[in-house]
Amino acid sequence: MEKTITDLLYLVSIILFIVGLKGLSHPETARKGNLTAAAGMILGILVALFEPIEGNNNYGWIVAGVALGSGIGLVAAKKIQMTKMPEMVSLFNGLGGACAMLIGLVEFYNLPAGTDMMSAAVFTDIFALIIGSVSFSGSLIAYGKLNGSLRDNFKLPAPQVINVLTLIAVIAISVMIAMGDSLDFNLVIALLAVSLFYGVVFVTPIGGGDMPVVISLLNSFTGIGAMGAGLIYGNNVMIIGGILVGASGIILTVLMCEAMNRTLLHVLVGGLSGGSGGSGN
Amino acid sequence: MLEILIQFIGENFGMITILVIASFLGMEIISKVPTVLHTPLMSGANAISGVVIIGAIILIRRAEAGDYFSLVLGTLGIALAMINVAGGFAVTNRMLEMFKKKKK
Repeated sequence: MEKTITDLLYLVSIILFIVGLKGLSHPETARKGNLTAAAGMILGILVALFEPIEGNNNYGWIVAGVALGSGIGLVAAKKIQMTKMPEMVSLFNGLGGACAMLIGLVEFYNLPAGTDMMSAAVFTDIFALIIGSVSFSGSLIAYGKLNGSLRDNFKLPAPQVINVLTLIAVIAISVMIAMGDSLDFNLVIALLAVSLFYGVVFVTPIGGGDMPVVISLLNSFTGIGAMGAGLIYGNNVMIIGGILVGASGIILTVLMCEAMNRTLLHVLVGGLSGGSGGSGN
Repeated sequence: MLEILIQFIGENFGMITILVIASFLGMEIISKVPTVLHTPLMSGANAISGVVIIGAIILIRRAEAGDYFSLVLGTLGIALAMINVAGGFAVTNRMLEMFKKKKK
């Protein structure tokens, strides 16, 4: 297909996302909004399959992945009990984050030899890898807390110290990758590990009662991770779809806090200060 | 360092403009959502973030036939993101069905 045509179809997909999201925020149009967004997604995936790309295509692998994923997703969505919806959303969200993480990892692996480490390509890879990993491991912890397999009294010692140190490690390794003369894949693996760990230390101290807020925040992260992955490929649907979820997710997180008469800072720092205010109310 | 940043901004100014406008749009679209819709909206937005699957599709389409590292991890990425997409929209639909019945 001609690139201009596929670009236009991508634009239609973006419009369907925007209209869908708008519909989802009003009671009368919510269901239609969800279907509209789903139509946008199907269109986006179809265009991604047929837009002109130089390469081997490997359609067999793609079909296998799509079939496996939609099968598992649809069955899980159908079988899950209504009361378990929030944890299901958290799990789904983590898987989206995992995809951004895998993209970051593979794109690092495929970085052509001699690539300038101080380049947009490396920055976007680092970004997608970090955000995707944090969203993945954080969502799994939130999932565990909601379904009861992780108890609230499971706490890390000195959570605020570990949190800050891990964050420093994430930044330090990112800087080391960007400052290097060539790509050191061991550093990429280290960044992956530390980012995954950060997701754990970010969510673990927060009480189960505040999990919906945290899931909304992690959902926003996954959106931003999708945007980061979109920047790698210069793909507008991923960039705009991702940032839409990222931005609306932040606002939704704040609204959910307000509905619970809490502030986001309370939820996050309350958890970090040892749990005095973090266990919901 | 600053030079690189300025060069980056200069080269990607169109993209940065789109990012800023889309952020405002995202915040504006849902600023007046009623409390009952918080969870379905979160779920629906979560399904949209599965758009990351497009990246995994492009990754696989570009990969060499024998590059199993990319093919296996990319396919895993597609499968995981597709669970997010299919499951996400389906779960949201179920929630909203329930919501509709409640209202009556």
